[in-house]
Amino acid sequence: MPTPSAIEAQHVVIGDGIEPADALAVGAGLDALEAHAVARTPWRTKFVRTVLPPVGAIALLLAIWQIVFSLGIKKAYVLPSPVTVFKTLGTLIGTGRAFDVLWTSLSRGLLGFALSVVFGTILGLAISRIRIIRAGIGPLITGLQSLPSVAWVPPAVLWFGLTDAAFYAVVLLGAVPSVAAGLVSGADQVPPLFTRVGKVLGIGRWGYVWHILLPGALPGYLAGLRQGWAFAWRSLMAAELIVTSSKLGFGLGQLMQQGRDLSEMDLMLAALILIFVVGVGIEVLFFRPLERAVLKARGLAPAAR
Amino acid sequence: MALVTQTEPISAQPVVRTGFDVEVDGVSKVFRTGGTPVSALDNVTLKVTAGDFVCLLGASGCGKSTLLNLIAGLDQPSAGAVRTVNRPALMFQEPALLPWLTAGKNVELALKYAGLPRPQRAGRADELLDIVRLSGTHKRRIHELSGGQRQRVAMARALAQDSQVLLMDEPFAALDAITRDVLHDELTRIWTATGLTVIFVTHNVREAVRLGQRVVLLSSRPGRIVREWDVNISGPRTIEHPLVGDLATDITVRLREEIASHAHA
Repeated sequence: MPTPSAIEAQHVVIGDGIEPADALAVGAGLDALEAHAVARTPWRTKFVRTVLPPVGAIALLLAIWQIVFSLGIKKAYVLPSPVTVFKTLGTLIGTGRAFDVLWTSLSRGLLGFALSVVFGTILGLAISRIRIIRAGIGPLITGLQSLPSVAWVPPAVLWFGLTDAAFYAVVLLGAVPSVAAGLVSGADQVPPLFTRVGKVLGIGRWGYVWHILLPGALPGYLAGLRQGWAFAWRSLMAAELIVTSSKLGFGLGQLMQQGRDLSEMDLMLAALILIFVVGVGIEVLFFRPLERAVLKARGLAPAAR
Repeated sequence: MALVTQTEPISAQPVVRTGFDVEVDGVSKVFRTGGTPVSALDNVTLKVTAGDFVCLLGASGCGKSTLLNLIAGLDQPSAGAVRTVNRPALMFQEPALLPWLTAGKNVELALKYAGLPRPQRAGRADELLDIVRLSGTHKRRIHELSGGQRQRVAMARALAQDSQVLLMDEPFAALDAITRDVLHDELTRIWTATGLTVIFVTHNVREAVRLGQRVVLLSSRPGRIVREWDVNISGPRTIEHPLVGDLATDITVRLREEIASHAHA
């Protein structure tokens, strides 16, 4: 062991050797070294990377359609030219009929989807939090997800008659399982460490759901909502194609069915394009920005996309 | 103690009464995973006075984290009793910050559950971030911070719990040596300034001697307290301090003996 004076001497050396300012500077230097600059992509590059490719793909598709039409492989009333179809589409929009039809379908779809979100969320929470419900209903949800929701149309019509309720039933059966399954898988991916954090901070049962479980599950939940919307829209179109009645509002599916009844292929294709535009529009304008914002806030968004 | 006739838990009483912030009394913990029960802790008694800095040292599997979880109230002992002056704050090896909240909001969440009214939370969070030298990071996202900064936010969150007792489960083990040195300084500074009672779990002997006033060595399987050292080094300590090195060498010898004894079993 060193003598007391030696200890004193060492203290002087060591005590003076480490200035608090040094430690501060070291800390600041470390933080500076670890901080990474986020490169911003200029909007022009973004445009070239994200907008041009799909536009190009659509243009290519239209070109192929035009070539096939010009070759005269199919008769014009079976496969009309893109120009004819877009003219019909233009008339639909010009007379305002397209908006009536769109709104009928879209309002059904959105209301049905909103109901699905409510029920799907409650169901998903129950499955993820209550063991017996998970064991009982979990597999059923997976099964329902793989069941084509068109299959529900005939029974729904018998149960609810020719009413809007039949549409909503089909939409709910299509979307609720996806929303619930998305929430469950999101909740299952919340790290157990966060559960312990909640206990340490003294967060109670409902506080845990609100502050940790739901935000933690958000990426999976959003994926479920997205799939739920796709399923809702799909089921609704199938139902509208099958269920046509003068007692019901006239939607996109009914428009397509009308085209079929009247053997107007251009009307059918114009309706098809509208159905497609709604599906893509909701995805591009709503779900994709939402998902990106959520992932980016958590540092999970891939750098180049 | 003779005056005390009731055996109420410490948490209902002021600190002054016994002078112990944490009392672990004859605690055993048996885990039953699969068929054979595994004894993680066996009759551990540890009393920590208010304002003390205790390092729990041991090899992997000695049950030091188990002991910390029991003190934190995350788990219940199979036998014996744990009393703490109030609900302890706990820091993990990972920062365990919620990635959907900003640094400041993470601290504010702890303040909310510590009972601070909403209007005061943002200001108090800023004060706590100042204490860990992270001024101006209130609005920063967790992924924008370095590993050391994240652990500082975790420290601010632990302080936000406004507990007398701070439990730390190898909080610096995942950091590089230099960052760890810096955070040792910070922790010592904060401990001196706040007078918190700290129980710090580590497998790093030098770290234990660098930080602790008491170093408690635990044996492995089952975890028992083997020996204790009081660290009497006056003046500022660093990890390179020769006296830190001397004591660490002594303790390491004892730790090695303890680990080697398992080779025969």
